[in-house]
Amino acid sequence: MLVGRQSWRFDNPPVILASAAIGGPFESKSPLADDFDAFHDDIWLKQNSFEKAEVKLLEHACQKVLEKAGLQSQDINFLISGDLDNQITASSFAARSLAIPYIGMFGACSTSMEGLAVASKLLDNGGANYILTATASHNAATEKQFRYPTEYGAQKPPTSQWTVTGAGAAILGKEGNGPRVTSATIGHVVDMGVKDPFNMGEAMAPAAVDTIETHLKEMNIEPDYYDLIATGDLGFTGYAIANKLFQKHGIQLREGLYTDCGMLIYGKNPKVFSGGSGCACSATVTYGNLLNRMRRGELKRMLIAATGALLSPLSYQQKQSIPCISHAVSIESIQ
Amino acid sequence: MTGNQKKATPAQKEYQELAKKTVPKRKVVPNTIRAFLAGGLICTFSQGLQEIFIHFFHFEKSQAGNPGSAVLIMLSALLTGLGVYDHISQWAGAGTAVPITGFANSIASAAIEHRSEGYVLGVGGNMFKIAGPVIVFGTFSAFVVAIIKLTIKAIGGI
Repeated sequence: MLVGRQSWRFDNPPVILASAAIGGPFESKSPLADDFDAFHDDIWLKQNSFEKAEVKLLEHACQKVLEKAGLQSQDINFLISGDLDNQITASSFAARSLAIPYIGMFGACSTSMEGLAVASKLLDNGGANYILTATASHNAATEKQFRYPTEYGAQKPPTSQWTVTGAGAAILGKEGNGPRVTSATIGHVVDMGVKDPFNMGEAMAPAAVDTIETHLKEMNIEPDYYDLIATGDLGFTGYAIANKLFQKHGIQLREGLYTDCGMLIYGKNPKVFSGGSGCACSATVTYGNLLNRMRRGELKRMLIAATGALLSPLSYQQKQSIPCISHAVSIESIQ
Repeated sequence: MTGNQKKATPAQKEYQELAKKTVPKRKVVPNTIRAFLAGGLICTFSQGLQEIFIHFFHFEKSQAGNPGSAVLIMLSALLTGLGVYDHISQWAGAGTAVPITGFANSIASAAIEHRSEGYVLGVGGNMFKIAGPVIVFGTFSAFVVAIIKLTIKAIGGI
């Protein structure tokens, strides 16, 4: 059911039957490593390009989640997936081998929750029995496309972030046991004129705050309704700005309620500067750690607002500012 | 809220002001000191190389710089290939970027990065992706300076 202008409350809340998180070598040192299903110790995944490695990551996450749900790929009606590669090739190429009817999606790093929201709405309306939603990112493939060659010695500023090498996937069904997706808010594009691609946190924070604020307003709930509100990949810099914005907009967040997947994934590691980023950042943290915490009963209700910077290398070279978006999905453990 | 505008809207300005106070800045003073130390070290090392070429390989003083630069280029390319260079330069900043080492790193890193697209379209087509502008504008500015010098000479200057 549509609530307000841009939110859905799901009358038949779909169940997250299983979820999986796959990481690269650097992610295996993550403080959340226990919640990953598997790691690859080779950044190339035995492929001859980073782009092919990313496809492998995505395939691995999808196969893992199928295995965990006890389903075959033929059981799945739709695969909803997206990534950061040009023309979302990682997703399309993985869809080729998985042979699941496929909806490609681009929401940059917000793709995880964009996919989860759309998948939930489809299930809620009876448009599918099972949907697999997934996303991946690869550190070197992303750096190559958006910034500099990985071995190039440009000094990174303290606001820069580390793209997560990994993939996250979830299978949703109409019935079953597990956390349920209860509502979602689709964000609109917010551009605050930030142009620095090494400062995504500052660019994306307003979009995240806007979507969370809209979600709370349209669903007519207070932030305290949730046990946890997490943004996707604002990092330490963006998180600090988002906190200021919440304060300015009069939204009271109690201590420990709000966090960011970009801060959680690597902790305070000087190697990653402001934190993690990339499609796999919110996907691996949500589909790994956060859902596990919910399954263990530590969390009852959480809101994940994945954040995406909708720039391209061309738009940046043409000195355009960075348009950003955030999609929020509410996951609750209800029987 | 549109992107491609020259002037920021009041809302954008207000936000950027708010963010400015939170965003950590590049540490200019420590970075400058590191660049000075690293750059100086590279130049001293290079001078040592020159002396070696003069004393042991009997190079003319005016010619000894060339093999010295070649050694630096080889070392940078090697360190780039071994995946060490970018870690050094994260510390050293301009100290490793400004000497010829930075130039060698920009070419080697781009060549390695695009190896997956083949030798012609990948390595050949992308090697000078970062270094290209330096060559283009370096050559062009040399041309302009030479014209100025010749003009001054022609009108009876130095």
